[in-house]
Amino acid sequence: MSNVLFDVPGPKARVRHRLMAVLGIVAVAAILTYIVYRFYDSGQFTARKWQWLQYTQVQRDLVTALLATVKAFALGAVLALVFGAIFAAGRLSDHAWVRGVSTFIVEFFRAIPLLILMFLFYYGAPALGVTLPPFAAVVLGLTLYNGSVLAEVFRAGVQALPKGQSEAAYALGMGKTQVMTLVLIPQAIRSMLPTIISQLVVLLKDTALGFLVTYPELLYYARYIGSQGAFSRPIVPSTIVVAAIYIALCLLLTALANFIERRQRRSKKHVETERPPATEDVVGVA
Amino acid sequence: MDVLLDNLDLYGPFFWTTIKLFLISGVASLIFGTFLAGLRVSPVPVFRAIGATYVTLLRNTPLTLVFVFLVFAYPLLEILELSYFTAAVVALTIYTSAFICEVVRSGINTVPVGQAEAARALGLTFSQILGQIVLPQAIRSVVPPLMSTLIGMLKNTTIAAGFSVTEAGAIRQYLSERGDNQLIGLLWVALGFIILVAILSFAQRALERRWSVAR
Repeated sequence: MSNVLFDVPGPKARVRHRLMAVLGIVAVAAILTYIVYRFYDSGQFTARKWQWLQYTQVQRDLVTALLATVKAFALGAVLALVFGAIFAAGRLSDHAWVRGVSTFIVEFFRAIPLLILMFLFYYGAPALGVTLPPFAAVVLGLTLYNGSVLAEVFRAGVQALPKGQSEAAYALGMGKTQVMTLVLIPQAIRSMLPTIISQLVVLLKDTALGFLVTYPELLYYARYIGSQGAFSRPIVPSTIVVAAIYIALCLLLTALANFIERRQRRSKKHVETERPPATEDVVGVA
Repeated sequence: MDVLLDNLDLYGPFFWTTIKLFLISGVASLIFGTFLAGLRVSPVPVFRAIGATYVTLLRNTPLTLVFVFLVFAYPLLEILELSYFTAAVVALTIYTSAFICEVVRSGINTVPVGQAEAARALGLTFSQILGQIVLPQAIRSVVPPLMSTLIGMLKNTTIAAGFSVTEAGAIRQYLSERGDNQLIGLLWVALGFIILVAILSFAQRALERRWSVAR
């Protein structure tokens, strides 16, 4: 749509655009060169700072740390989906008290910062005589926070379906449970799948918060190896390496979301619904 | 209640730091995010590519990682010394801007084609069309998601606690040094955030009512 903002450039505009492009490239290149020069000048590119990557033990530890991240992500994702499904059903219930309780829980966990939730489980729980390992604190936090967000996504998906779908199902004599499980939910999941996966990208990024409750995941390991005097403290190289890993993982998930969306647009089974406006969490700040 | 009353000297100033972090980074990300959105719809392909690359990279990086880089790695580059608070503002801004950019861009897409066409027919330049016709309408139409992004940023300020900024998320650490009950202390912090989020949601609804564009 952006092309309505400007005309197809004529000869003069083309020259002007080319000039601006050159200026833009020069400006960005200047900034990047300066940064790279600072990296170089402060000795971040010396062989010694990158040597750690060659050690098999370090590589093995890096993979272990990556697996810890993936483990927290996988368990957190599954539990958050279950939590989301349960509380979305609760918020769509016909019984006022079930709706009330579910709404309260969902709104409560959505308003508290995820890090505070993890702190509650890791540092707060011992006051009750329960000591949780960092892994449990991370997964519980991820489940409650992202689960609440997913509950809203599921609910929005069901509510965005055309009214005729449930009316027709009721007219056939189906009960509420049948209408939900046989008619509404399969369609809602289909249309919400891209949004659900974007939320899982957020969940994957959130596992990095485990760093702050001493869960030995990828970022934690980057910080650890970055402080090793034996490799002359390669914190700059190690953050660059884990940043690349995180970005690659997230892009893979995003690519999956885009692939599903494209395939759905072609499929005839897909019911066109009005996409509810993105909420902050779907946009993915965390 | 005792934990709160005994430590009011913590809760007051620390929550105030949270609010300062939120306000400064919020304004900065709105400005920078809108600038990025401008890049992403500009007629110059190179500018669009620069904007897209920035957004893709930052949206797929954990915020904690941005913090780690700015607090532990950036000082080694010896460019410009940043205090912990400034580093937190920079981290929150460069991260949140990427999301603000996407929201503003989706807002630009909601402005009817006729608006830009009429402006072009009047001979306005691209920056005039964007700044005076399209953006004012676009921003009004995305007030709800924009505020939601800022609410997300408010919650993200807690991450600064792990990086020596004395804001609300750091209260716990000081309570533990004083030997107070951390569970109760954290529940008060949580309540503080629930109140702040409620205030922002209220502002969101008020703005939505006042600013919605009649179409």
